[in-house]
Amino acid sequence: MEERIIIAGFGGQGVMAIGQILTYAGMIENRHVSWLPSYGPEMRGGTANCGVIISDEPVGSPVVVNATAAIVMNKPSLDKFEPTVEKGGKLFINSSLIDQKSQREDIEVYYIPANEVANELGNARVANMVMLGAYLEVTKIVDLESIIEGFKKVFGEKGDKLLPINKEALKKGAEVVREQMKAMV
Amino acid sequence: MAKVLMKGNEAIGAAAIKAGCKYFFGYPITPQSELPEYMARELPKVGGVFLQAESEIAAINMVYGAAGAGARVMTSSSSPGISLKQEGISYLAGAELPCLIVNIMRGGPGLGGIQPSQTDYFQATRGGGNGDYRLVVLAPANIQELADLVIEGFDIADQYRNPVMILGDGMIGQMMEPVEFKVPKKRELPEKDWATTGTLGKRKPNIINSLYLAAEELEEHNKKLQAKYDEIRRKEVKVESYNIEDADVVIAAYGTTSRIVRTAIAKLEREGYKVGLIRPITLWPYPYDEFNKINDNCKGVLTVEMNAGQMVDDVKIAVEGRFPVYFYGRTGGMVPTPDEIVGKVKEIYGGEK
Amino acid sequence: MAVVFKKTRGLTDIPTHYCPGCTHGIVHRLVGEALEELGVLDIAIGVAPVGCAVLAYKYFNCDMHEAAHGRAPAVATGIKRVLPDNFVFTYQGDGDLASIGTAEIVHAAHRGEKISTIFINNAIYGMTGGQMAPTTLVGQKATTAPQGRDEAHCGKPIRISEMLATIDGAKFVERVTVTTPAHVRKAKKAIKECFKTQIEGKGFGIVEVLSTCPTNWGLTPEEALRWLEDNMIPYYPLGNFRRPEEVE
Repeated sequence: MEERIIIAGFGGQGVMAIGQILTYAGMIENRHVSWLPSYGPEMRGGTANCGVIISDEPVGSPVVVNATAAIVMNKPSLDKFEPTVEKGGKLFINSSLIDQKSQREDIEVYYIPANEVANELGNARVANMVMLGAYLEVTKIVDLESIIEGFKKVFGEKGDKLLPINKEALKKGAEVVREQMKAMV
Repeated sequence: MAKVLMKGNEAIGAAAIKAGCKYFFGYPITPQSELPEYMARELPKVGGVFLQAESEIAAINMVYGAAGAGARVMTSSSSPGISLKQEGISYLAGAELPCLIVNIMRGGPGLGGIQPSQTDYFQATRGGGNGDYRLVVLAPANIQELADLVIEGFDIADQYRNPVMILGDGMIGQMMEPVEFKVPKKRELPEKDWATTGTLGKRKPNIINSLYLAAEELEEHNKKLQAKYDEIRRKEVKVESYNIEDADVVIAAYGTTSRIVRTAIAKLEREGYKVGLIRPITLWPYPYDEFNKINDNCKGVLTVEMNAGQMVDDVKIAVEGRFPVYFYGRTGGMVPTPDEIVGKVKEIYGGEK
Repeated sequence: MAVVFKKTRGLTDIPTHYCPGCTHGIVHRLVGEALEELGVLDIAIGVAPVGCAVLAYKYFNCDMHEAAHGRAPAVATGIKRVLPDNFVFTYQGDGDLASIGTAEIVHAAHRGEKISTIFINNAIYGMTGGQMAPTTLVGQKATTAPQGRDEAHCGKPIRISEMLATIDGAKFVERVTVTTPAHVRKAKKAIKECFKTQIEGKGFGIVEVLSTCPTNWGLTPEEALRWLEDNMIPYYPLGNFRRPEEVE
């Protein structure tokens, strides 16, 4: 089993962070993992992305070309990475910022109003965790406890205060997507 | 020590500190700046010194001074910055000073780009500076190996009194993987009785120097260097091979490119192709002998690099005409995909099976 | 028998390669004496340049590094950062320090690197055979300025001491010469004061020594001394530009 995820959005939306949290969680569960970011000037205000691989085998190429899943936080990311998702893969669209439907019919697509959910929780910055919560609910790639551990690793002590709201965001993301999963069945 | 998830650039710094390196002189350049940033943060905690130099040239000359004074010392940069350091690297090699130089390669020539590439293979293995000298060039493929080679690299440098280069690329510098910092196997390291630490009136002055104005003396110095390089060739070759006794096609690749090749090989195997891999870990000394183990029925050796064809020259030297040698590369920071490599292997097979 | 004069222990017994009438020899001796008299010879590490003094590592009786052209202040920085309790000095000429190595000297001074620099300004490239230096005077002939230095073409000569004295990290800056016994005594005093700046941990120090190059100037040693006094001192005024207590 090898999960290859692309996470993309504007710089500042926390796409690198949720990629790292997910990678940590995989490592905590003794899987083989890698995290590869885009880097350079595009990071500043443009579209940032990272590729995460969680595998039962040692990771070969860390470059995600045929993604098993993609989390896209803004429209340029949808345009860029929609074709990257392999047949049967999963696409998570932040419908708060992307008013466009996926053109793909050979993949599972989920629409998560991440910014709205985050705003309801009182902190717009946790939109990324809403997306991550939805992704985990659908894929069950790692346990929620491992994600919490990963969060602590990535944010260290300064993350302590923010942990409750981030947990809440993960939960809300899962709830939102659960509705859609029911509708799909 | 438990595994931690770390960026390649930071893992280099952590490994260096683990190896007892206390001095870092450098200058910022993408995509390696996390390394000097890490050292600026961490070295003072272990009583070391991080100093941001006014230039790459100054940085490598500070390394020359610190190494001559007997310290474990390092610098790092990326391609254009490494070009600037070549003068100092030649002096370090000439004066036989141990140090670690990290090149996190990006696309060239000139200012080039900032995306991963392997375009400095010639510069690293053939000597980018003047004179007949060699660097030990280590090419890790994952972050664990990167950390291990940094730690061992300092020992190799001290053992042979020679600069050692870690040749990585933007991908390995930027990516995160789990890593554990292991105590390396101990080497017998010679005393640094040549270091300039002050005579204290007890010995003759030590002189760190690469100048020999008399041709006879300079030739003697060169003979001594070459004898040392021969010893390194005999003792320090590192290579990893996969299935070369049985393969129809063998791929040669190093560093991050070898990982993409592995993904391609796995795919080819699922389709019934027999493909092997030779992954040099030391680019100098080059594992020429490993290519003698390739079975006689092999259809060809494919070299895959993120450049226009540099290591392929060493592959040609290694196979000595026994097999056709093919090349596939991407440049400018473009990374070859597994499918591109699969296609190239099928071409060598003469089409789909 | 009373000893009235003794060669300094700061120099080795190797005969120098300098031309007759060249003032490098005098400056070497002053540096050697200063190292010995200040009690730092045995903990001293010197850095030799590329230029006429390229072989200085053979002449100073202490640990030495031979640096690449212009890089001595960077090399000295590396040494001093590893061995902060040792005494570290560079000995550089005008091509080395004032041309190819300007970045290194300016930034070593700027960082307040606790090293000492002896800067030999003889207004010419000696080792390579009389080419124009950044310090060659306007109108002065050189093999690469056969009609004499043309200000319109390559500017006026650079005044290093004045420039470095604008940098806070440079705590001791003085220009001296060695054309007369009185000047030699003043030069030695400056070198010792410069070295003390390092020993007392106060920061960077430099002594610029106006020197002669009879060979490449095409003058006898005596004419060279006169030429220096008549031509160089008016453009490169002697004196102290900076003492530690003057820097806030």
